[in-house]
Amino acid sequence: MTLPRRTFLGYVLGASTLVAAADLGLASTARAEIPSAPQPPELYDLNDLLTDAATPTANLITVRINTDGTASFALPRAEVGQGITTSTAMLIAEELELPVDKVRVTLADARPELLFNQLTGGSNTTISTFTPIRVAAAIARHALLEAAAIVLGDTVDRLTTKLGVIEAPNGTSITYGELANAAASGKTRRVEVELKPRDEFSVIGTSQNRLDARDAVTGRKRFTMDLDVPDALPAMICRAPTLNGTPSYVHNQREVEAMPGVTDVAVVPTGVAVRARTFGQCIDAVRALRVDWRGGTAVGKSDRTVHRELKAAELPLVVPDVDPLARTVDAEFTFYFRSNSALETNCAIADVRPGSAEIWSGMKSPIVAQEEIAAMLGLLPTAVTAHVVEGGGSFGRKLFHDAAIEAAQVSKAMGKPVKLMWHRTDDSRAGRAHPMATSRIRATHLLGNVLTFEQRHTSVKTDFGHGVGEIITALAARLPVGDLGFSETIFTLTQEVPYNFGVVDQLLSEVDGGFNTGSMRNIYSPDVCTARELTVDLLARKLRKDAYEFRREFAKNKRLRTVLDTAAEAGDWGRSMPANTAQGIAVHKEYKGLNAALVEIDCRPETVDRDIRDGVGGPRVTKVVMAVDVGLAINPRGLEAQMQGGIMDGIALALTSSLHLDTGHFLEGSWDDYFYTRQWNVPPEVEVIVVDSGVEQPGGAGEFGVASTFAAVACAYARATGRVPSHFPINHRDPLAFEPKPTMPPIPQSPTDGLEHTY
Amino acid sequence: MPTQTFRLNGEDVSVDVEDDVRLLWVLRDILGVTGPKYGCGINVCKACTSHINGKAFNPCSVRVGDIADDDEVTTIEGLADTVDGDLHPMQEAWLDIDVAQCGYCQPGQIMAAVAKVRQAQSEGRAIADTDLDEIRNICRCGTYHRIREAIKAGAERM
Repeated sequence: MTLPRRTFLGYVLGASTLVAAADLGLASTARAEIPSAPQPPELYDLNDLLTDAATPTANLITVRINTDGTASFALPRAEVGQGITTSTAMLIAEELELPVDKVRVTLADARPELLFNQLTGGSNTTISTFTPIRVAAAIARHALLEAAAIVLGDTVDRLTTKLGVIEAPNGTSITYGELANAAASGKTRRVEVELKPRDEFSVIGTSQNRLDARDAVTGRKRFTMDLDVPDALPAMICRAPTLNGTPSYVHNQREVEAMPGVTDVAVVPTGVAVRARTFGQCIDAVRALRVDWRGGTAVGKSDRTVHRELKAAELPLVVPDVDPLARTVDAEFTFYFRSNSALETNCAIADVRPGSAEIWSGMKSPIVAQEEIAAMLGLLPTAVTAHVVEGGGSFGRKLFHDAAIEAAQVSKAMGKPVKLMWHRTDDSRAGRAHPMATSRIRATHLLGNVLTFEQRHTSVKTDFGHGVGEIITALAARLPVGDLGFSETIFTLTQEVPYNFGVVDQLLSEVDGGFNTGSMRNIYSPDVCTARELTVDLLARKLRKDAYEFRREFAKNKRLRTVLDTAAEAGDWGRSMPANTAQGIAVHKEYKGLNAALVEIDCRPETVDRDIRDGVGGPRVTKVVMAVDVGLAINPRGLEAQMQGGIMDGIALALTSSLHLDTGHFLEGSWDDYFYTRQWNVPPEVEVIVVDSGVEQPGGAGEFGVASTFAAVACAYARATGRVPSHFPINHRDPLAFEPKPTMPPIPQSPTDGLEHTY
Repeated sequence: MPTQTFRLNGEDVSVDVEDDVRLLWVLRDILGVTGPKYGCGINVCKACTSHINGKAFNPCSVRVGDIADDDEVTTIEGLADTVDGDLHPMQEAWLDIDVAQCGYCQPGQIMAAVAKVRQAQSEGRAIADTDLDEIRNICRCGTYHRIREAIKAGAERM
């Protein structure tokens, strides 16, 4: 059966109030037209893979109408700050003709039956849920209209819906709440609905403030460690002085058990766990423990040794057979380890009992968590309840459930519920990191044309242990051969050179360094894009062309030229600037969208050397103009916020933030030595321009601002100083700007002089 | 075990706990006041920023035993009660500008912002970019730009 465009099938489910579900089994996925010399992401990218994986079970996405006139929806994704609960409420409000604030969006518990459809990653939430959620809402509206027609004694096509009220031509009306029971179905039936066309949208595309903002500003928003689970006392882990070291002997368990507030001490695979009345007493107990350790997975490794490993693993560049007169541009960059720590450290509540377990945590792949915890405890997955709690940031970290696994182990070992939280120092040193990488590029040009562009990205292995959200793919990704294929697949599905550069060839190779890695507000793109855009600047200079004009001339498509033009114009590209200050411009294409960042940087000595207490100043980015085209922007205000956040990450990656690996452990242990962007690094001017290209589908936003900003800052820095950086962040090889905290005991004691620093 | 008494969000509280437990844990783990967040425990990230007698401080770095009976501790939960109206003007500004992303650092950001504006006002001047540059609270979502806009807007109404 072929359905016309925008017509979809779904279900009214048998229930006591109206429940509508979407079925996408018959919908075809739109694909871009095939360009002449495409790279894989232009045909089928990571977002297509994630969306297609979700399609077979999307029929289980349901919208419920309540008797109080609200609609509720349990989103099978994790809200970690992206604003997806708000944008999801907007999608439902649009099709249901209900005010946005009458839509209640919560986060669904782990639902194994959703298979691939409960992974939050790759900035894919809106792309993959855009249609199914609207279909479910449209079916609900259709069922309400049918019920109203009977009550109001009219026909469906003569009724109108507005703000949760259905009205007949004679002026009689009835509310959704009054119809919730009447519209309910005794049995499940299949219905057909048509979605609103774009030109009829009244909610989608308008700027909405976040629905959870009031809770956030009043302190009422509840994160995992704020939940009140009976008898779940604070717990922490004493960890090894080297990465992933394991405990071999505890010298003073009894002594620590007798400390004030301490209830339990237990050895677990990752360290020695303590449970106490307060986290302060956990910190005391961790510091008091005397433990012998086994070495771990990075014994003796340092930045230098890993760099050697990477260089040895670089795939050769093979300039294809080109004109012997062609000129070559060679470039090579190193990107150091970076921490994807969120402000909320890894944490989870676990209550493990004989025969069952209950877990609370901010999990982006809760099905894998549930199944892994069940396997570890020897339980069926159905005996483990995994609640997804709103997270205090993620940036890739919450794709993994390291804390949930550990909390379950600790709860099991102690036979009691625990509220497990990582200390910041552990989160920084033993948590997930963006892998160290090198990127080599060789480009050739002749008579004003670029003939070849080769990029060899070599990286410490990125852990994709979370797979695409379901345990089978998670396990497959861990097989040595399967994982290599998986990483290469992800790389191939995300990376592309958006310029007409003749023969383009980008390859990934990986070394396994024994590190805890993962994505970090993007996977490979920020590094790959920065290496590429710096090389584009080198090419432009060789061809004696302006950096912006060169990009414009070689841009592969019109949408790219539009964002470039928008940023260049709004940012006054090419204006004259003082010595040691400069502009940079760079572009990125991913997540069904394109963006261009124009950056101005100040590298004057008085700026670089300004005195910052317990922090680094360095060059200051003074202006960022970001033009972004994500296709259909569901909530432009939310999109702008995500781009602003990505801009701050891009600045940190270019200038200040990295982890130093030194003989088996990372030196950075808190925010006073891991230099993420701080207020003194924030550009006084930040402008985000949302470009509407008329595309009907939404793209991804959460990670999208990082790559082009990182690249534009790097390009601006090179222009301001006359030196193209060889490594990032640019300050990584400078003398350490901090004194590393000790590794024994593994976490620092809290100061006591807080009252001397009031203001 | 000693009994600790102080004023919290306008009410007298007393709690039995050792003197050296830092106030943050007394608030969060014993009293269930969870607006102040843990982000580092060493007075760096400032996620727990609250007020003591109207001035910003970080309870992760103060022993509960060092708090006097008549010290007035205000957390984000009690901020609105210090003014007329449902919310403090700084919270209103935060809503208008739609600052929060994940929201984890925001209670601390708002408490720091209020103190910073009061500090400038007590010196008889408007809040300036150089004041904003001094704010040390981390926001890992990178909401810094809107924080700056909101502080300027909130200061107008304070």
